[in-house]
Amino acid sequence: MPPATALQTSPLLLALHGVGKTFPNGTLALANLNFNLRRGEFLSLLGPSGCGKSTVLRIIAGLTAPSYGSVEWPDPSTHAGKSNRIGFVFQDPTLMPWASVFNNVSLPLVLNCMAAASIAGRVTTALDRVGLTKFAEAYPRELSGGMRMRVSIARALVTEPQLLLMDEPFAALDEITRFKLNNDLLQVWQATGTTVVFVTHSVFESVYLSSRILVMSARPGRIFTELAIDAPYPRDNNYGTSAEYAAFCRRTSAALAQAMAHDNMAGDNMAGDKTPGGRL
Amino acid sequence: MKAAASIQERYDRVLRIALPVVVLALGLLIWEAIVWIDKIPPYVLPGPRLILRTLIDDWELLSQSLVVTLATTIEGFLLAAFGGVGLAVLFNQSRLLEYSLYPYAVILQVTPIVAIAPLLLIYLPQPLAVLACAWIVAFFPVLANTTLGLHSVDRNLGDLFTLYGASRGQLLWYLKLPSALPYIIGGLRIAGGLSLIGAVVAEIAAGSAGAGSGLAYRIAESGYRLNIPRMFAALLLLSVAGIAIFYALSLLNYLALRRWHESALEQEA
Repeated sequence: MPPATALQTSPLLLALHGVGKTFPNGTLALANLNFNLRRGEFLSLLGPSGCGKSTVLRIIAGLTAPSYGSVEWPDPSTHAGKSNRIGFVFQDPTLMPWASVFNNVSLPLVLNCMAAASIAGRVTTALDRVGLTKFAEAYPRELSGGMRMRVSIARALVTEPQLLLMDEPFAALDEITRFKLNNDLLQVWQATGTTVVFVTHSVFESVYLSSRILVMSARPGRIFTELAIDAPYPRDNNYGTSAEYAAFCRRTSAALAQAMAHDNMAGDNMAGDKTPGGRL
Repeated sequence: MKAAASIQERYDRVLRIALPVVVLALGLLIWEAIVWIDKIPPYVLPGPRLILRTLIDDWELLSQSLVVTLATTIEGFLLAAFGGVGLAVLFNQSRLLEYSLYPYAVILQVTPIVAIAPLLLIYLPQPLAVLACAWIVAFFPVLANTTLGLHSVDRNLGDLFTLYGASRGQLLWYLKLPSALPYIIGGLRIAGGLSLIGAVVAEIAAGSAGAGSGLAYRIAESGYRLNIPRMFAALLLLSVAGIAIFYALSLLNYLALRRWHESALEQEA
């Protein structure tokens, strides 16, 4: 794995140009978002609730159209097969309760009409990546919360996506499970070389995982500042307890606090404005 | 603590089975006693023992009628099941079709079947009319429940299917129908009982005019002949048929949902 700084020069995967989003009820969710995403990056979107982090992911995935601005995919081959080039992990595991783990993970391939023979191999690989090989025949309700999230990640990985979008995937999990999954996610990321956009409101999680953090502020959602976390990978618990990590956390916390102070001022200025904040 | 709780549970379970049985036995005993003490003639009120006797003596006749009624009920139920689910799926795929036809499905449902049955008997041959009645009453709960179920899809799962470019057919087959399954089965459980009611109503409406030989027809016929014990025996068979249908559909519910749905989870615990 290259050091985090090398990622700054890898080829461009996608670019957001002046993306904004207004919801039908008049809420201004995002305003004038510009950023580039390079191949192999682990980018975190960090910000308070209501800053439109999830909306950014949905726009990138094509689930929501931006009200203005555009999402550019420089490599047309990526864009053509886009549906299989993106994996999405929601905050909830979002599994089909009526289907076994195997059938949940194979879903993207089945929808893509892949032959059953090649499906089995791919699903096994994906389950192996998240350490759930033995649970292929289990049903979601027989699994713990952390295991369900692993299934969800395996499903996102099964198409071997170039871009993995994760919307606060571990927010609902307990601390211990969360640490474990953070480590496993880093391993998967390094093993597959995929690009990750990770939405979180945890400073510690974002600093632990990311090569770059975009700190967002709310009302309307926009990028407040950008931080490069150029600690080398692989990262593990040694990194998590290092002074370097603590320093990054301090800087990131300060940036987030500034973003939120900014946001409060903006909110005060907008008092009496009919645009409600805090959506999403 | 835990052992005490489990004893309590077992005690509860025994009571739940034993109490209704005791009540039934007590009721039958009092019934038999009243008939015996007051010397009530059988053409007014037969005792339980006589009813059982009649059931055994008339078994050949009654069992044939049972088969006829059950066959109508099951045919009506199956038509309602496939018709209801099929129409709900069509409605789900085409809003125009839903807008055009749904009001008439409602009208069919709210018009009392007893009032429709005589008309059907005029225009259709009797077995077909009876079948139509069983279908009409049973079909709406399946349609309504399936429609509700098809609309109750998890939004995130819907997004996921969109993300992976699922076709309409895939969306229906892999997401909407499985999501709707608990609702569909709920509808089927109601439809099972209702199709029996529909069949009985139509047979009664056909009355002596019909050439049918279903259980309800037997009840009407025995009434005209003042063969009250046979009326009771036929009624008993109808109840048993209703109970059997109910449990058969409960079993279907359990088998289809036990591994994943909360409703079936409770039964398991």
